Amino acid sequence: MFRAALRLSFSGARSLTRSRPQYTAPLAARCYSHGKQETDEEFDARWITYFSKPDIDAWELRKGMNTLIGYDLVPEPKILDAALRACRRLNDLASAIRILEAVKDKAGPHKEIYPYVVQELRPTLSELGIPTPEELGIDKA
Amino acid sequence: MLSTRALVRGLQAGLWRRVSTSTSALAAHGHSSAVDVVDCSVPQYNNRLDTPLPDIPFITNLTPEQKTLKEKEKDAWTKLSKEEKLALYRLSFELSYAEMKKGSDEWKTVLAGFFFFLGFTGLLVWWQRIYVYGDVPHTLSPEWVEKQTQRMIDMRVNPVHGFSSKWDYEKKQWK
Repeated sequence: MFRAALRLSFSGARSLTRSRPQYTAPLAARCYSHGKQETDEEFDARWITYFSKPDIDAWELRKGMNTLIGYDLVPEPKILDAALRACRRLNDLASAIRILEAVKDKAGPHKEIYPYVVQELRPTLSELGIPTPEELGIDKA
Repeated sequence: MLSTRALVRGLQAGLWRRVSTSTSALAAHGHSSAVDVVDCSVPQYNNRLDTPLPDIPFITNLTPEQKTLKEKEKDAWTKLSKEEKLALYRLSFELSYAEMKKGSDEWKTVLAGFFFFLGFTGLLVWWQRIYVYGDVPHTLSPEWVEKQTQRMIDMRVNPVHGFSSKWDYEKKQWK
């Protein structure tokens, strides 16, 4: 996940896929001094499971997304993929577009993250027919 | 007792019913709903960058066309046109992220108002100086100050580092 987004910014002209950080240092979602620290993979898996619930309801989708956006990280594309599919199950296109907007906002000054995420999600976006905010023209005020 | 109770009931019927407002009551009287009175006991919509999915959609009272669009949303989204997708977005959300983050030019108005009132205050102070304040005391007139300065030099006021140290007593002039 993009917690070490600073490393991405040093990548310069290199392609996004190559400059993706491949660190293995475990980082916790909660900073306990005791207890086992959750790895990035565990964090991702937990959230993918959350959004992949077949009968997820609208409240759970909203709660999950608002919580996820509250964390100090940009969610991995696979988590977002699960979230977008949850939107599909709930027949909520607007929320799917909103999720993409929120991801772009979370990336903040690291402008290379959002295009990477969209690139990774492109198959899902085409399959489900989800437009990006840019395609709808709402990325400019 | 009975009469006071009747009085209270009368007051309740007359006053309290008008005071206790609800959106439906306001709407019945022709007020625009949900603008003047916000019902805080139900989930509210909000535009927040940190809350991408608010508790309720922005527009809840759908027209028949909007209802049919919502039905179409249950089918494959690839069948929706760009305008329909945009309409669905605008049903759920008032402001896009870009619109939320857009600044305004209000600061220019604030600064302009600040300078305007500062200048106006300056005019008032100037008028006051001319028309309200009386003459300055005679001890500030040039003649008096001249004699006063000479006296201070004669008295050797602050001769080490201060006033008189700046006077050259031999040449009888300022250093």
